[in-house]
Formats: sequence, C-alpha cells, structure tokens
Amino acid sequence: MNNLYSGLMVAVIAIVTLLLRALPFLFFGGKKKTPAFVQYLSKMLPYAIIGMLVVYCLRGVKVWSAPYGLPELLGTGTVVFLHLWKRNTLLSIALGTVVYMVSVQFVFSI
Amino acid sequence: MNIRYAFKRSLPVMAGYLVLGMGFGILLEANGYGVWWAFCMSLFIYAGSMQYVAVDLLTGGASLLAAALMTLMVNARHLFYGISMIDRYKDTGAKKPYLIFALTDETYSLVCSGEVPEGVDKNRYFFLVSLLNQSYWIAGSVAGAFIGSLLTFNTSGIEFSMTALFIVVFVEQWKGTSNHLSSLIGVAASLVCLSIFGAERFLIPSMLAITTALMVLRKIPCTKQAEKGGDADE
Repeated sequence: MNNLYSGLMVAVIAIVTLLLRALPFLFFGGKKKTPAFVQYLSKMLPYAIIGMLVVYCLRGVKVWSAPYGLPELLGTGTVVFLHLWKRNTLLSIALGTVVYMVSVQFVFSI
Repeated sequence: MNIRYAFKRSLPVMAGYLVLGMGFGILLEANGYGVWWAFCMSLFIYAGSMQYVAVDLLTGGASLLAAALMTLMVNARHLFYGISMIDRYKDTGAKKPYLIFALTDETYSLVCSGEVPEGVDKNRYFFLVSLLNQSYWIAGSVAGAFIGSLLTFNTSGIEFSMTALFIVVFVEQWKGTSNHLSSLIGVAASLVCLSIFGAERFLIPSMLAITTALMVLRKIPCTKQAEKGGDADE
C-alpha cells in the first residue's frame, strides 16, 4: 500500500479520535447540559461495537469449506474459557493467539 | 514526590500497555509497516483497540470515509469520558490540550478515581500519569515492531491477537452488566449485515443498524434500566 494513502488514513483516524476526546470540553465546557441521547449512546454503544468488532475480526472465516472455521473456533474457545477462568487479559490473549497460530500452521495446514 | 506517586499509580497500566503495544507493533510489522509507522501511530492516534483495527483498515485498503466512521464508532465512548472529566480538568491551564488528547481508557481510570494525597499537585499528577502512560504505549509498540522485524519464525496467525483482544473485552463487558441487550444487538446486527452485504462492505451498514436499533430501543421503557448498567471499559 502506498505511503500517502497510509499517512492520510493515520491522520484521519488521529483527527477523529482527537475530536471525540475534545468535543465534550468544547461543547459542554460551560454549564450546558449534555443531551440525554448523547449520554445514552456513549453508554450503550461500547457494548454493541465490541460485538461488531468480534464479528469484524472473524468476517473472513469460511464455515462451509475446509477447515470449516475450526482454527477460529479453537482460538475463540481458548480465549473465552481462559478468560472466564483466570480473568487475566494478557494471558487470555497470548495463549489464544498461540493456540490459533499452532492450529493454522501445523494442525490444519493442508 | 509528584513523579514517584504518578509512577506508582501508573504501574498496572505499564504492564498492560507494554504488552498490548508490543502485540500491536508485531502485528503492524507483520503487515509490512515498520518501526516508524508504529511510532507515529502511537504518538498521534494513541488509542489502543483503534490502532489494532487501523492495521486491518490499512492492509485491507479501506476508504478514508470508512476509516473515519469506524473511528467514530470504536472511539465513541471517549465522548463519555470527556463529559465526566470536564470539571476535573477545568483549571489545568496549559496542560489541558495534552490531557484531553491523552485521555485513553486506562488513563481515564487513573485520573477519575479517588483523590490525590496531600503534598501532591493534582494537575501535575494528571499530566504525569497521562505522559507516562503514553510513553509506555509508544515504547511497547516500537519494541514490538522492532522485535517483529527480527522474528524468523512463521508469524502466520498472529493477527488473531486482535480477535482475542476484542473477545476478552466482550467477555469482560458481558460479566460487567446484567443487561446484554446492547452486546447482542452488536453481534446480531453485524451478522445480518455480513450475510447481506458481504465481508468487504458490511461495516457501515452494521454501524447504522446498531445506532438505529439502540435509538429505537431507547423509546421502549424496559431498556431504560440498561442505561444504568455499569460502565463499559475497553
């Protein structure tokens, strides 16, 4: 991918992120009250968006052809199980990734 | 006194940022973007999960509009952090712009909790914690990209670290509240849009569907209590 496109994209992401962080201070810095729907959305959106991101990450999985999404299932299962059990973010991510890498490289590498 | 206190409070964040930052750096490097990209992204964007998503957007050749919308959705929670920090950051003077820029989930959790002990200047504490946290994040991601360039073993499958990160956050959120409606809407709406629009263009429809569904639900009384269900953290 060319550098100009990449640079522009990084800039866009940086600017939108900064805007989101700064907007409340610019708009509601005085005594004005935050609109109820903004408060509602900023409370509810994170749950839905993380759900969306999980689907986004797994969007390329082909369930109908070999290996039938088994590496993803193994990886996801490992992360969920470990996290419910130990509740250690870094451990869940690290082991889940290792399980996935081993399964795509050695187990289902046909 | 100020620095020692800020450093001590930031230690838990240091562990997390170094490791997650390294994961980001390795992933970025595996996709052909080197140390400088890792440094610039962590310096200018400085938003953990969004940077993981950015790797995907960059390599997938997403449009700038799609990237802007994605950022809007993924980082919308920052509006909420900002709203709750307006009073606390009111008299921070020249440090204010940086404090606002550096208000990540983890920094928010450090600056919004509790009072500082006697003898510690509040504003300096806010500033130092913000600065320390970002340096951990930059150090982690640069180190990751550097390590990634030295790795000689097969890194295929390393991209699952991003999936794993979001699954962990999903589980955390699920356990943190008794109302799972919003989580379910996110998954369901995305799956429906994925099957209709396909893997390459389902994101924007999903975001619209989610926002619409949430706004419609807001009118239904039984979801009112969901608004009170714990804070979502990243």
